[in-house]
Amino acid sequence: MYEGRYSMNRPDKESESKPQLKLEFKIGEKDFSVAGDAASKVKKTLQQLGLKPEAVRNIAIIVYEAVMNVIIHANYGQLKVIIVPDKVVVLTEDTGMGIPDIELAMKEGYSTAPLEIREMGFGAGMGLPNIKQCSHKLNIKSQVGVGTVLEAIVYLSSKN
Amino acid sequence: MKLKDIIKVLDAEVLCGEHLLEREVETGFGCDLMSEMLAFANSHTLLITSLTNEHVIHTAEIMDAVGVVFVGGKRPAKEIIRKAELNNIPLLSTPFLMFKCCGLLFVNGLKGCMRDATQ
Repeated sequence: MYEGRYSMNRPDKESESKPQLKLEFKIGEKDFSVAGDAASKVKKTLQQLGLKPEAVRNIAIIVYEAVMNVIIHANYGQLKVIIVPDKVVVLTEDTGMGIPDIELAMKEGYSTAPLEIREMGFGAGMGLPNIKQCSHKLNIKSQVGVGTVLEAIVYLSSKN
Repeated sequence: MKLKDIIKVLDAEVLCGEHLLEREVETGFGCDLMSEMLAFANSHTLLITSLTNEHVIHTAEIMDAVGVVFVGGKRPAKEIIRKAELNNIPLLSTPFLMFKCCGLLFVNGLKGCMRDATQ
């Protein structure tokens, strides 16, 4: 599928010696443009790697929503997109207020985002449900007053 | 329905992407919530919105939208139009408000996006 196109790869100590590509973005407070820019860059990279359009779109949506969440709710954070042959992992880690009730936050329509975010077209309680819908596996760890780690995994079968 | 037909129906002004007006439009999706577009819009859809910020352009890009219509005569800032241009996303501006814009497109044969196959 996209084997043999690893010219952009670099070895990574964290990996299980699999060839991989890692994209990283810093996310600053109220840095709203980084979400769309990151989603756009990730989409273009995945397209270049030859992933199927559905997987590309799902991963781009996860990135967009996950980064928006960090911008809206945290002080700062980072995004990592790790691409290995059989899956793509989207990881956001932030320092911020954390999520007191993850189950509630997963509910479509539940939101704590301020009005200015809603005026921008986000913050309507769709972010986490969207991420869940687009990923095969979703893990969220959060500590109130400390921060949140979100890990979404999209598996790449021969179909996508 | 092609983008050039939509321009006629909506009495729309082309803000960018004049060379892309032969594009076929299969469905339309009208809303001011980007998350909703990311959740429910099909690909190759026409996005109809009254928001003019950069998130509209990025959302259109992620969803492979055929173009964006701004209702109520709205126009985004120059740098946002430039961003759309770079991403090959045609931008149109119609004087009609959201309801009338969607209504006109619907009676002229444009279908809505489907949330699932049963709709």
